[in-house]
Amino acid sequence: MSALVEGATVPAAAARAGAARTHGPLFVALRRDLLLAARHRSEVFTALSFFVVVTSLFPLGIGPEPELLRRIGPGALWVAALLATLLGLPRLFASDHADGTLEQMALAPRSFALQVAGKMAAHWLVCGLPLVLMAPLLGLQFGLDADALGVLVVSLLVGTPLLSLIGAIGAALTLGVRGGGALLALLVLPLYVPALVFGSGAVEAQAAGLSVRAHLSILGAMLVLALCFAPWATTAALRIAME
Amino acid sequence: MKSLRAFRFASPATFYPLAGRLQPLFAALALVLAAAGLWLGFFVAPTDAQQGEGYRIIFVHVAASWMAMFLYCVMAFWAGVGLAFHVRLAAMMASAVAPTGAMFALLSLLTGALWGKPMWGTWWVWDARLTSTLVLFMLYLGFMALQAAIDDPRRSDKAGALLALVGVVNVPIIYFSVRWWNTLHQGATVSLTKSPSMAQTMLWGMLLMALAFWMYAIAASLGRVRNILLEREAHTDWVRHAVA
Repeated sequence: MSALVEGATVPAAAARAGAARTHGPLFVALRRDLLLAARHRSEVFTALSFFVVVTSLFPLGIGPEPELLRRIGPGALWVAALLATLLGLPRLFASDHADGTLEQMALAPRSFALQVAGKMAAHWLVCGLPLVLMAPLLGLQFGLDADALGVLVVSLLVGTPLLSLIGAIGAALTLGVRGGGALLALLVLPLYVPALVFGSGAVEAQAAGLSVRAHLSILGAMLVLALCFAPWATTAALRIAME
Repeated sequence: MKSLRAFRFASPATFYPLAGRLQPLFAALALVLAAAGLWLGFFVAPTDAQQGEGYRIIFVHVAASWMAMFLYCVMAFWAGVGLAFHVRLAAMMASAVAPTGAMFALLSLLTGALWGKPMWGTWWVWDARLTSTLVLFMLYLGFMALQAAIDDPRRSDKAGALLALVGVVNVPIIYFSVRWWNTLHQGATVSLTKSPSMAQTMLWGMLLMALAFWMYAIAASLGRVRNILLEREAHTDWVRHAVA
Protein backbone atom coordinates (compact mmCIF):
# COMPACT_ATOMS: atom_id res chain seq x y z
CA MET A 1 0.00 0.00 0.00
CA SER A 2 2.70 2.42 1.03
CA ALA A 3 4.73 1.49 -2.02
CA LEU A 4 1.73 2.32 -4.16
CA VAL A 5 1.32 5.72 -2.57
CA GLU A 6 5.01 6.43 -2.89
CA GLY A 7 4.94 5.36 -6.50
CA ALA A 8 2.11 7.79 -7.11
CA THR A 9 3.70 10.76 -5.41
CA VAL A 10 7.30 10.47 -6.52
CA PRO A 11 6.77 11.49 -10.16
CA ALA A 12 4.59 14.40 -9.08
CA ALA A 13 7.21 15.55 -6.59
CA ALA A 14 9.91 15.15 -9.21
CA ALA A 15 7.87 17.18 -11.64
CA ARG A 16 7.41 19.90 -9.03
CA ALA A 17 11.13 19.92 -8.27
CA GLY A 18 11.81 20.15 -12.00
CA ALA A 19 9.46 23.13 -12.27
CA ALA A 20 11.22 24.78 -9.33
CA ARG A 21 14.59 24.29 -10.98
CA THR A 22 13.60 25.67 -14.34
CA HIS A 23 11.32 28.51 -13.20
CA GLY A 24 12.57 29.67 -9.84
CA PRO A 25 10.77 30.15 -6.54
CA LEU A 26 8.79 33.24 -7.57
CA PHE A 27 7.15 31.51 -10.53
CA VAL A 28 6.39 28.33 -8.56
CA ALA A 29 4.69 30.23 -5.74
CA LEU A 30 2.79 32.37 -8.26
CA ARG A 31 1.62 29.33 -10.23
CA ARG A 32 0.55 27.50 -7.07
CA ASP A 33 -1.50 30.43 -5.73
CA LEU A 34 -3.14 31.03 -9.10
CA LEU A 35 -4.04 27.35 -9.26
CA LEU A 36 -5.55 27.54 -5.77
CA ALA A 37 -7.51 30.66 -6.75
CA ALA A 38 -8.79 28.89 -9.86
CA ARG A 39 -10.06 26.05 -7.67
CA HIS A 40 -11.86 28.51 -5.35
CA ARG A 41 -13.30 30.79 -7.98
CA SER A 42 -16.05 32.14 -5.72
CA GLU A 43 -13.47 34.02 -3.58
CA VAL A 44 -12.31 36.00 -6.60
CA PHE A 45 -15.86 36.95 -7.43
CA THR A 46 -16.60 37.95 -3.84
CA ALA A 47 -13.97 40.70 -3.91
CA LEU A 48 -15.15 41.84 -7.33
CA SER A 49 -18.81 41.89 -6.26
CA PHE A 50 -17.82 43.83 -3.17
CA PHE A 51 -16.16 46.43 -5.42
CA VAL A 52 -19.34 46.71 -7.52
CA VAL A 53 -21.65 46.92 -4.50
CA VAL A 54 -19.60 49.57 -2.70
CA THR A 55 -19.34 51.82 -5.76
CA SER A 56 -23.09 51.47 -6.32
CA LEU A 57 -23.74 52.63 -2.77
CA PHE A 58 -22.10 56.03 -3.33
CA PRO A 59 -24.81 57.39 -5.70
CA LEU A 60 -27.49 56.03 -3.34
CA GLY A 61 -25.92 57.80 -0.39
CA ILE A 62 -25.06 61.05 -2.13
CA GLY A 63 -27.76 61.59 -4.74
CA PRO A 64 -28.15 61.00 -8.47
CA GLU A 65 -27.05 64.43 -9.84
CA PRO A 66 -24.76 63.59 -12.81
CA GLU A 67 -22.48 66.59 -12.21
CA LEU A 68 -21.86 65.60 -8.59
CA LEU A 69 -21.30 61.95 -9.49
CA ARG A 70 -18.81 62.87 -12.21
CA ARG A 71 -16.95 64.89 -9.59
CA ILE A 72 -16.76 62.17 -6.91
CA GLY A 73 -16.48 59.21 -9.33
CA PRO A 74 -12.70 58.80 -9.43
CA GLY A 75 -12.37 59.13 -5.65
CA ALA A 76 -15.26 56.75 -4.96
CA LEU A 77 -13.84 54.14 -7.34
CA TRP A 78 -10.40 54.45 -5.80
CA VAL A 79 -11.70 54.15 -2.22
CA ALA A 80 -13.77 51.12 -3.24
CA ALA A 81 -10.69 49.55 -4.87
CA LEU A 82 -8.74 50.18 -1.66
CA LEU A 83 -11.38 48.41 0.42
CA ALA A 84 -11.76 45.53 -2.04
CA THR A 85 -7.99 44.91 -1.97
CA LEU A 86 -8.10 45.00 1.80
CA LEU A 87 -10.81 42.35 1.78
CA GLY A 88 -8.57 39.78 0.11
CA LEU A 89 -5.51 40.44 2.27
CA PRO A 90 -6.25 38.25 5.33
CA ARG A 91 -6.45 35.22 3.01
CA LEU A 92 -3.04 35.94 1.51
CA PHE A 93 -1.10 33.99 4.15
CA ALA A 94 -3.75 32.66 6.56
CA SER A 95 -4.52 29.25 5.01
CA ASP A 96 -0.87 28.53 4.21
CA HIS A 97 0.00 29.46 7.77
CA ALA A 98 -2.74 27.22 9.18
CA ASP A 99 -1.68 24.06 7.31
CA GLY A 100 2.07 24.59 7.72
CA THR A 101 2.85 25.31 4.04
CA LEU A 102 4.28 28.68 4.96
CA GLU A 103 6.79 27.13 7.36
CA GLN A 104 7.88 24.68 4.69
CA MET A 105 8.39 27.61 2.31
CA ALA A 106 10.48 29.42 4.92
CA LEU A 107 12.59 26.31 5.56
CA ALA A 108 12.98 25.39 1.89
CA PRO A 109 16.46 25.91 0.41
CA ARG A 110 15.26 28.64 -1.94
CA SER A 111 14.65 32.32 -1.37
CA PHE A 112 11.68 32.82 0.94
CA ALA A 113 11.43 36.45 -0.17
CA LEU A 114 10.97 35.41 -3.81
CA GLN A 115 8.29 32.89 -2.89
CA VAL A 116 6.52 35.58 -0.89
CA ALA A 117 6.86 37.94 -3.87
CA GLY A 118 5.23 35.24 -5.98
CA LYS A 119 2.32 35.06 -3.56
CA MET A 120 1.97 38.86 -3.67
CA ALA A 121 1.95 38.81 -7.46
CA ALA A 122 -0.76 36.15 -7.37
CA HIS A 123 -2.78 38.28 -4.94
CA TRP A 124 -2.63 41.20 -7.34
CA LEU A 125 -3.60 39.06 -10.35
CA VAL A 126 -6.54 37.61 -8.43
CA CYS A 127 -7.72 40.64 -6.40
CA GLY A 128 -6.28 43.70 -8.14
CA LEU A 129 -6.38 43.08 -11.88
CA PRO A 130 -10.13 42.23 -11.99
CA LEU A 131 -10.81 45.58 -10.30
CA VAL A 132 -8.79 47.39 -12.98
CA LEU A 133 -10.76 45.60 -15.71
CA MET A 134 -14.09 46.30 -14.03
CA ALA A 135 -13.36 49.98 -13.28
CA PRO A 136 -14.24 51.45 -16.73
CA LEU A 137 -17.70 49.89 -16.56
CA LEU A 138 -18.33 51.36 -13.10
CA GLY A 139 -16.78 54.65 -14.24
CA LEU A 140 -19.48 54.85 -16.92
CA GLN A 141 -22.09 54.69 -14.17
CA PHE A 142 -20.50 57.81 -12.69
CA GLY A 143 -20.62 59.57 -16.06
CA LEU A 144 -16.86 59.71 -16.66
CA ASP A 145 -15.90 60.35 -20.30
CA ALA A 146 -13.57 58.17 -22.35
CA ASP A 147 -10.39 60.12 -21.56
CA ALA A 148 -11.09 60.09 -17.82
CA LEU A 149 -11.80 56.35 -17.99
CA GLY A 150 -8.45 55.79 -19.69
CA VAL A 151 -6.58 57.71 -16.99
CA LEU A 152 -8.55 55.89 -14.29
CA VAL A 153 -7.57 52.49 -15.70
CA VAL A 154 -3.90 53.45 -16.00
CA SER A 155 -3.82 54.88 -12.46
CA LEU A 156 -5.45 51.72 -11.08
CA LEU A 157 -3.10 49.55 -13.14
CA VAL A 158 -0.09 51.22 -11.50
CA GLY A 159 -1.79 51.70 -8.12
CA THR A 160 -3.36 48.33 -7.32
CA PRO A 161 -0.03 46.40 -7.31
CA LEU A 162 1.18 49.04 -4.86
CA LEU A 163 -1.86 48.33 -2.67
CA SER A 164 -1.15 44.58 -2.77
CA LEU A 165 2.52 45.12 -1.88
CA ILE A 166 1.87 47.43 1.10
CA GLY A 167 -1.09 45.35 2.22
CA ALA A 168 0.98 42.17 2.29
CA ILE A 169 3.21 43.69 5.00
CA GLY A 170 0.12 44.32 7.13
CA ALA A 171 -1.27 40.85 6.39
CA ALA A 172 2.02 39.28 7.51
CA LEU A 173 2.16 41.37 10.70
CA THR A 174 -1.40 40.47 11.72
CA LEU A 175 -1.06 36.79 10.84
CA GLY A 176 -2.89 34.75 13.48
CA VAL A 177 -3.44 37.80 15.68
CA ARG A 178 -6.62 38.49 17.66
CA GLY A 179 -9.08 40.75 15.78
CA GLY A 180 -6.92 40.41 12.66
CA GLY A 181 -9.27 41.93 10.07
CA ALA A 182 -10.05 45.24 11.78
CA LEU A 183 -6.46 45.55 12.97
CA LEU A 184 -5.22 44.98 9.42
CA ALA A 185 -7.43 47.84 8.20
CA LEU A 186 -6.10 50.14 10.94
CA LEU A 187 -2.48 49.32 10.03
CA VAL A 188 -2.78 49.39 6.27
CA LEU A 189 -5.28 52.14 5.40
CA PRO A 190 -3.12 55.06 6.65
CA LEU A 191 -0.28 53.70 4.51
CA TYR A 192 -2.61 53.70 1.48
CA VAL A 193 -3.08 57.50 1.68
CA PRO A 194 -0.34 58.42 -0.86
CA ALA A 195 -1.63 55.87 -3.41
CA LEU A 196 -5.15 57.24 -3.04
CA VAL A 197 -4.02 60.87 -3.32
CA PHE A 198 -2.04 60.38 -6.53
CA GLY A 199 -4.32 57.73 -8.02
CA SER A 200 -7.55 59.70 -7.85
CA GLY A 201 -5.54 62.92 -8.25
CA ALA A 202 -4.46 61.78 -11.72
CA VAL A 203 -8.08 61.52 -12.90
CA GLU A 204 -8.94 64.87 -11.36
CA ALA A 205 -5.92 66.51 -12.98
CA GLN A 206 -7.10 65.17 -16.33
CA ALA A 207 -10.59 66.58 -15.68
CA ALA A 208 -9.01 69.97 -14.87
CA GLY A 209 -7.09 69.92 -18.14
CA LEU A 210 -3.68 69.40 -16.53
CA SER A 211 -1.04 66.85 -17.42
CA VAL A 212 -1.48 63.52 -15.63
CA ARG A 213 2.15 62.55 -16.12
CA ALA A 214 3.33 63.94 -12.76
CA HIS A 215 0.74 61.97 -10.77
CA LEU A 216 1.36 58.75 -12.66
CA SER A 217 5.15 59.16 -12.40
CA ILE A 218 4.98 59.53 -8.63
CA LEU A 219 2.62 56.56 -8.41
CA GLY A 220 5.09 54.57 -10.51
CA ALA A 221 8.00 55.69 -8.32
CA MET A 222 6.15 54.52 -5.21
CA LEU A 223 5.45 51.20 -6.93
CA VAL A 224 9.16 50.70 -7.68
CA LEU A 225 10.05 51.60 -4.08
CA ALA A 226 7.45 49.15 -2.76
CA LEU A 227 8.67 46.45 -5.16
CA CYS A 228 12.15 46.77 -3.66
CA PHE A 229 11.19 46.84 0.00
CA ALA A 230 7.77 45.25 0.50
CA PRO A 231 8.73 41.58 -0.21
CA TRP A 232 11.68 41.96 2.13
CA ALA A 233 9.60 43.56 4.93
CA THR A 234 6.82 40.99 4.44
CA THR A 235 9.32 38.14 4.71
CA ALA A 236 10.70 39.61 7.94
CA ALA A 237 7.16 39.97 9.33
CA LEU A 238 6.31 36.38 8.38
CA ARG A 239 9.43 35.07 10.11
CA ILE A 240 8.44 37.02 13.23
CA ALA A 241 4.91 35.56 13.06
CA MET A 242 6.22 31.98 12.72
CA GLU A 243 8.83 32.07 15.50
CA MET B 1 36.15 49.09 27.76
CA LYS B 2 34.36 52.38 28.19
CA SER B 3 31.69 51.43 25.64
CA LEU B 4 31.06 48.19 27.51
CA ARG B 5 30.26 50.17 30.63
CA ALA B 6 27.64 52.18 28.76
CA PHE B 7 25.97 48.98 27.53
CA ARG B 8 25.66 47.91 31.17
CA PHE B 9 22.46 49.97 31.27
CA ALA B 10 20.89 47.82 28.55
CA SER B 11 20.27 45.30 31.32
CA PRO B 12 16.83 45.72 32.91
CA ALA B 13 18.17 45.26 36.45
CA THR B 14 20.60 48.20 36.12
CA PHE B 15 18.35 50.37 33.96
CA TYR B 16 15.36 50.25 36.31
CA PRO B 17 17.01 52.19 39.18
CA LEU B 18 18.76 54.54 36.72
CA ALA B 19 15.41 55.39 35.10
CA GLY B 20 13.95 55.89 38.56
CA ARG B 21 16.66 58.43 39.40
CA LEU B 22 16.47 60.24 36.03
CA GLN B 23 12.68 60.50 35.84
CA PRO B 24 12.16 63.19 38.54
CA LEU B 25 15.07 65.15 37.05
CA PHE B 26 13.46 65.32 33.61
CA ALA B 27 10.04 65.98 35.11
CA ALA B 28 11.44 68.96 37.05
CA LEU B 29 13.19 70.26 33.93
CA ALA B 30 9.90 69.96 32.02
CA LEU B 31 8.06 71.96 34.69
CA VAL B 32 10.66 74.75 34.81
CA LEU B 33 10.91 75.03 31.02
CA ALA B 34 7.12 74.96 30.60
CA ALA B 35 6.71 77.69 33.22
CA ALA B 36 9.34 79.84 31.48
CA GLY B 37 7.89 79.14 28.02
CA LEU B 38 4.31 79.91 29.07
CA TRP B 39 5.39 83.08 30.85
CA LEU B 40 7.23 84.22 27.73
CA GLY B 41 4.30 83.22 25.54
CA PHE B 42 1.49 84.75 27.55
CA PHE B 43 3.04 87.83 29.16
CA VAL B 44 6.13 88.87 27.21
CA ALA B 45 5.41 88.06 23.55
CA PRO B 46 3.69 90.93 21.68
CA THR B 47 0.13 90.68 20.38
CA ASP B 48 0.03 89.51 16.77
CA ALA B 49 -0.83 92.22 14.22
CA GLN B 50 -3.33 90.04 12.31
CA GLN B 51 -4.47 87.36 14.72
CA GLY B 52 -4.74 89.30 18.00
CA GLU B 53 -4.38 87.36 21.24
CA GLY B 54 -5.79 84.13 19.82
CA TYR B 55 -2.49 83.26 18.19
CA ARG B 56 -0.96 82.49 21.63
CA ILE B 57 -2.13 78.90 21.32
CA ILE B 58 0.81 78.56 18.90
CA PHE B 59 3.10 78.00 21.88
CA VAL B 60 1.38 74.72 22.65
CA HIS B 61 0.27 73.84 19.13
CA VAL B 62 3.56 74.07 17.27
CA ALA B 63 5.56 72.44 20.06
CA ALA B 64 3.06 69.56 20.23
CA SER B 65 3.19 69.06 16.44
CA TRP B 66 6.98 68.99 16.48
CA MET B 67 7.00 66.48 19.31
CA ALA B 68 4.41 64.25 17.60
CA MET B 69 6.66 63.95 14.53
CA PHE B 70 9.90 63.78 16.47
CA LEU B 71 8.68 61.08 18.85
CA TYR B 72 7.67 58.89 15.91
CA CYS B 73 11.29 59.02 14.76
CA VAL B 74 12.49 58.30 18.31
CA MET B 75 10.10 55.34 18.49
CA ALA B 76 11.31 54.03 15.12
CA PHE B 77 14.92 54.49 16.23
CA TRP B 78 14.45 52.38 19.37
CA ALA B 79 12.42 49.87 17.38
CA GLY B 80 15.25 49.60 14.86
CA VAL B 81 17.88 49.18 17.59
CA GLY B 82 15.73 46.52 19.26
CA LEU B 83 15.24 44.63 16.00
CA ALA B 84 18.86 44.86 14.84
CA PHE B 85 20.67 44.09 18.09
CA HIS B 86 17.99 42.04 19.87
CA VAL B 87 17.93 44.44 22.81
CA ARG B 88 14.72 43.92 24.72
CA LEU B 89 15.05 47.21 26.54
CA ALA B 90 15.14 49.16 23.24
CA ALA B 91 11.91 47.49 22.12
CA MET B 92 10.35 48.37 25.48
CA MET B 93 11.45 51.99 25.00
CA ALA B 94 9.64 52.02 21.64
CA SER B 95 6.42 50.82 23.27
CA ALA B 96 6.86 53.33 26.08
CA VAL B 97 7.30 56.29 23.71
CA ALA B 98 4.24 55.48 21.55
CA PRO B 99 1.43 56.63 23.92
CA THR B 100 3.20 59.96 24.58
CA GLY B 101 3.64 60.49 20.84
CA ALA B 102 -0.02 59.71 20.22
CA MET B 103 -0.96 62.12 23.01
CA PHE B 104 1.05 64.94 21.37
CA ALA B 105 -0.50 64.19 17.97
CA LEU B 106 -3.96 64.41 19.53
CA LEU B 107 -2.99 67.59 21.41
CA SER B 108 -1.77 69.09 18.15
CA LEU B 109 -5.08 68.23 16.43
CA LEU B 110 -7.17 69.62 19.30
CA THR B 111 -5.24 72.87 19.66
CA GLY B 112 -5.28 73.17 15.87
CA ALA B 113 -9.07 72.90 15.92
CA LEU B 114 -9.31 75.48 18.72
CA TRP B 115 -7.04 77.81 16.78
CA GLY B 116 -8.76 77.19 13.45
CA LYS B 117 -12.22 78.17 14.75
CA PRO B 118 -11.45 81.86 15.40
CA MET B 119 -8.86 82.21 12.59
CA TRP B 120 -10.37 80.29 9.68
CA GLY B 121 -13.95 80.20 11.03
CA THR B 122 -14.06 76.41 11.10
CA TRP B 123 -13.01 73.63 13.47
CA TRP B 124 -11.58 71.41 10.80
CA VAL B 125 -10.41 71.79 7.23
CA TRP B 126 -9.01 69.06 5.05
CA ASP B 127 -5.73 70.83 4.90
CA ALA B 128 -2.38 69.20 4.28
CA ARG B 129 -0.83 69.60 7.71
CA LEU B 130 -3.97 68.74 9.63
CA THR B 131 -4.53 65.67 7.51
CA SER B 132 -0.96 64.44 7.78
CA THR B 133 -1.07 64.89 11.56
CA LEU B 134 -4.30 62.88 11.58
CA VAL B 135 -2.60 60.11 9.58
CA LEU B 136 0.35 60.23 11.98
CA PHE B 137 -2.08 59.82 14.88
CA MET B 138 -3.55 56.77 13.11
CA LEU B 139 -0.05 55.31 12.65
CA TYR B 140 0.52 55.64 16.41
CA LEU B 141 -2.85 53.98 17.08
CA GLY B 142 -1.99 51.16 14.67
CA PHE B 143 1.35 50.55 16.41
CA MET B 144 -0.27 50.41 19.85
CA ALA B 145 -3.18 48.27 18.63
CA LEU B 146 -0.81 45.77 17.00
CA GLN B 147 1.30 45.48 20.15
CA ALA B 148 -1.81 45.12 22.32
CA ALA B 149 -3.22 42.37 20.07
CA ILE B 150 -0.19 40.08 20.37
CA ASP B 151 0.21 38.28 23.69
CA ASP B 152 3.73 36.94 23.28
CA PRO B 153 5.96 39.90 24.27
CA ARG B 154 8.84 38.86 21.98
CA ARG B 155 6.61 38.69 18.92
CA SER B 156 4.75 41.87 19.89
CA ASP B 157 8.08 43.75 20.23
CA LYS B 158 9.35 42.60 16.86
CA ALA B 159 6.08 43.03 14.96
CA GLY B 160 5.67 46.54 16.42
CA ALA B 161 9.26 47.39 15.53
CA LEU B 162 8.80 46.33 11.91
CA LEU B 163 5.58 48.37 11.68
CA ALA B 164 7.32 51.42 13.15
CA LEU B 165 10.10 51.12 10.56
CA VAL B 166 7.63 50.73 7.69
CA GLY B 167 5.78 53.75 9.10
CA VAL B 168 8.87 55.92 9.35
CA VAL B 169 9.63 55.31 5.66
CA ASN B 170 6.05 56.27 4.86
CA VAL B 171 5.74 59.38 7.04
CA PRO B 172 7.61 61.69 4.63
CA ILE B 173 5.80 60.18 1.62
CA ILE B 174 2.44 60.72 3.32
CA TYR B 175 3.46 64.23 4.37
CA PHE B 176 4.41 65.33 0.87
CA SER B 177 1.53 63.55 -0.86
CA VAL B 178 -0.96 65.28 1.40
CA ARG B 179 0.86 68.57 0.95
CA TRP B 180 0.52 68.43 -2.82
CA TRP B 181 -3.06 67.33 -2.41
CA ASN B 182 -4.22 70.48 -0.63
CA THR B 183 -2.66 73.37 1.22
CA LEU B 184 -4.53 76.02 3.16
CA HIS B 185 -2.47 75.97 6.34
CA GLN B 186 -0.11 78.87 6.81
CA GLY B 187 3.43 77.96 5.79
CA ALA B 188 5.85 76.62 8.36
CA THR B 189 6.27 79.23 11.07
CA VAL B 190 9.87 78.34 11.72
CA SER B 191 12.09 77.28 8.87
CA LEU B 192 15.75 76.43 8.72
CA THR B 193 16.29 77.95 5.29
CA LYS B 194 14.93 81.45 5.88
CA SER B 195 14.77 83.71 8.88
CA PRO B 196 11.62 83.17 10.93
CA SER B 197 8.69 85.45 10.17
CA MET B 198 8.03 86.38 13.77
CA ALA B 199 9.33 88.24 16.77
CA GLN B 200 12.34 86.82 18.61
CA THR B 201 10.41 86.47 21.89
CA MET B 202 7.74 84.33 20.18
CA LEU B 203 10.44 82.08 18.78
CA TRP B 204 12.05 81.72 22.20
CA GLY B 205 8.71 80.95 23.80
CA MET B 206 8.05 78.22 21.24
CA LEU B 207 11.51 76.72 21.57
CA LEU B 208 11.18 76.67 25.37
CA MET B 209 7.80 74.95 25.11
CA ALA B 210 9.21 72.40 22.65
CA LEU B 211 12.07 71.67 25.06
CA ALA B 212 9.59 71.39 27.95
CA PHE B 213 7.49 68.88 25.97
CA TRP B 214 10.65 66.98 25.07
CA MET B 215 11.68 66.70 28.72
CA TYR B 216 8.12 65.69 29.62
CA ALA B 217 8.19 63.01 26.91
CA ILE B 218 11.44 61.61 28.35
CA ALA B 219 10.06 61.61 31.90
CA ALA B 220 6.78 59.99 30.85
CA SER B 221 8.54 57.35 28.74
CA LEU B 222 10.97 56.50 31.55
CA GLY B 223 8.05 56.07 33.94
CA ARG B 224 6.23 53.88 31.47
CA VAL B 225 9.27 51.77 30.63
CA ARG B 226 9.79 51.15 34.36
CA ASN B 227 6.29 49.73 34.57
CA ILE B 228 6.83 47.58 31.48
CA LEU B 229 10.08 46.30 33.01
CA LEU B 230 8.36 45.32 36.25
CA GLU B 231 5.60 43.56 34.32
CA ARG B 232 7.91 41.63 31.98
CA GLU B 233 10.54 40.72 34.58
CA ALA B 234 8.07 39.86 37.35
CA HIS B 235 9.65 36.40 37.71
CA THR B 236 13.18 37.68 38.47
CA ASP B 237 14.92 38.29 41.78
CA TRP B 238 15.75 41.95 41.16
CA VAL B 239 12.07 42.80 40.67
CA ARG B 240 11.21 41.10 43.96
CA HIS B 241 13.93 43.18 45.63
CA ALA B 242 12.82 46.37 43.87
CA VAL B 243 9.16 45.92 44.80
CA ALA B 244 9.80 44.72 48.33
